[in-house]
Amino acid sequence: MEKKIQLPLQEDTVEELKSGDYVYLSGSVYVARDAAHKRMTDSLDKGEGLPIEIEDAIIYYMGPSPAREGRPIGSAGPTTASRMDRYTPRLLDMGLSAMIGKGKRSKEVIEAIIRNKAVYFAAVGGAGALLSKCIIQSETICYEDLGAEAILKIEVKDFPAVVVIDTKGNNLYEN
Amino acid sequence: MRTITSESITKNIKEMCIEANYSLSKDMEDVFSHAVSTEESNLGKKVLQQLQENLKIAKEDQIPICQDTGMAVVFLEIGQDVHIEGDFLEDAVNEGVRQGYIEGYLRKSVVADPIVRENTRDNTPAVIHFKIVKGDGFKITITPKGFGSENMSRVFMLKPADGIEGVKEAILTAVKDAGPNACPPMVVGVGIGGTFEKCALMAKEALTREAGHFSEIPYVRELEQEMLSKINALNIGPGGLGGVNTALSVQINTYPTHIAGLPVAVNICCHVNRHVVREF
Repeated sequence: MEKKIQLPLQEDTVEELKSGDYVYLSGSVYVARDAAHKRMTDSLDKGEGLPIEIEDAIIYYMGPSPAREGRPIGSAGPTTASRMDRYTPRLLDMGLSAMIGKGKRSKEVIEAIIRNKAVYFAAVGGAGALLSKCIIQSETICYEDLGAEAILKIEVKDFPAVVVIDTKGNNLYEN
Repeated sequence: MRTITSESITKNIKEMCIEANYSLSKDMEDVFSHAVSTEESNLGKKVLQQLQENLKIAKEDQIPICQDTGMAVVFLEIGQDVHIEGDFLEDAVNEGVRQGYIEGYLRKSVVADPIVRENTRDNTPAVIHFKIVKGDGFKITITPKGFGSENMSRVFMLKPADGIEGVKEAILTAVKDAGPNACPPMVVGVGIGGTFEKCALMAKEALTREAGHFSEIPYVRELEQEMLSKINALNIGPGGLGGVNTALSVQINTYPTHIAGLPVAVNICCHVNRHVVREF
C-alpha cells in the first residue's frame, strides 16, 4: 500500500502503518548516526539533556557527502541501523517516534518499538543521489566537530521509504 | 628504466577517486540491466529502478552515487624497471586521495585511530597494496570501499576435509548474515587458499575484477555460477525486500595453500561496486 505522510507522525497514523507499506514522508527529520548517538547517550549518562527535541521526533541514520554550492545537501542515503541498536531503546522510551535506516534491528529495539508504538522505516541503501532530491533544506543542529556525523535537521518532501517494523513488531525482513 | 613522476601519480589518483564515486564502470551497468530485466518481485523491481535512476542522477548532477564514498583502497602494480621520481610514493597516493575527496565533494569517512576515532577530515590515509611485477608498466586500481558491506565480510579458516562443500557453506553463511545490511544486490568477492591475510586480500582483489565475467579456471567458474544461483535463491532481494536478485556477481580468486588449511574470505560489496583502473 502506498501512503503520503506528513510529519510529525500522529498516533493514529503510526498505528495504521503496516510492515510492507510504501510511504512518502514530508516534514522535519533529524539526522544522526554512530558518533552522535554515542555522544547523546554520554550526555544522558551524565544527567544532561539532549540537544534535540526527542518527543515525537524521527531520526534518519545518515551521514551525507558535502553539498555543492547552491544545494541543500550532498548524497544522502541511509546507513546500517543495527549500529545504533545499543542506543535506540533508551531514545524510544524518551519519545522517539520513528527511525529511518537500512537493515536489521535487534530484539531489544523491536521490543522498544512495540512498547512505545514506534515504527522503523527503511530507505533504499545506496540511493544517496536519488534521495538527496527529496531533501529540500538542511541545517546543522550540533556536534559540528563530528564532520559527516554532526546532527542535522532536514526538511524532506515525498521521501520514499518502506515500513519494515510496525507498531505490532511485524518485520518485513522476516517474511 | 622508465621514470614516472609522483606528481602524475597524485593527479591520476585524484581523478580516479572522483570518477569512481560519480559513475559506475560499464561491467556494473551491464549486470544492473540484467537484474532489472530478471527481477520478479514488485518491491524488488521498484528498488532496482530507483537504483538505476540514482546512477543517472549521480552522473548528471555530479553527486556521489552513495554518501558513503568509502575508504580508498588502492592497488599499485609497479613494474620492476620503473623509477618513481619526486615525492615518496605513499605520500603521492595519499595526496591524490586528499585532493580527490576534498575537490570532489566526497565524504570524509576516515578516523585517525580506531579507538580514539577522530576524523582526519581529508579521507586519508588510503589502504595501499603494492605489488612488484615484471616490466616497466604502472597500473593503479582504485576501489573506494563502503563499510555497510565491509562490516558484513568474513574470514573462515576451514579444514581441508571441509572441501568445496565447506567453501559453499561459508559463502552462503556470509551472504545470509549480511542480508539487508549490505545493500543488496551485492557483489560477492571470495578468496580461497593462501594464508589468513592472503585470502582476505584476494577477496578484495576479486571485487575489482569485471562484474559478470567468470573465472578462467573451469572449477572456479562453475563455483561462481553455482554460488550466484544459490545466493539468488535466498530471496533476500534488492534492498533486502525480497526478490531473485540478491547478488549481481560472484567473483572468486584462488591461491596455493598449506597442507593443513583451507582459508576462505568473503568480502561483500554493495551494488555500488566502484573500481577504476588506469595503466601507464
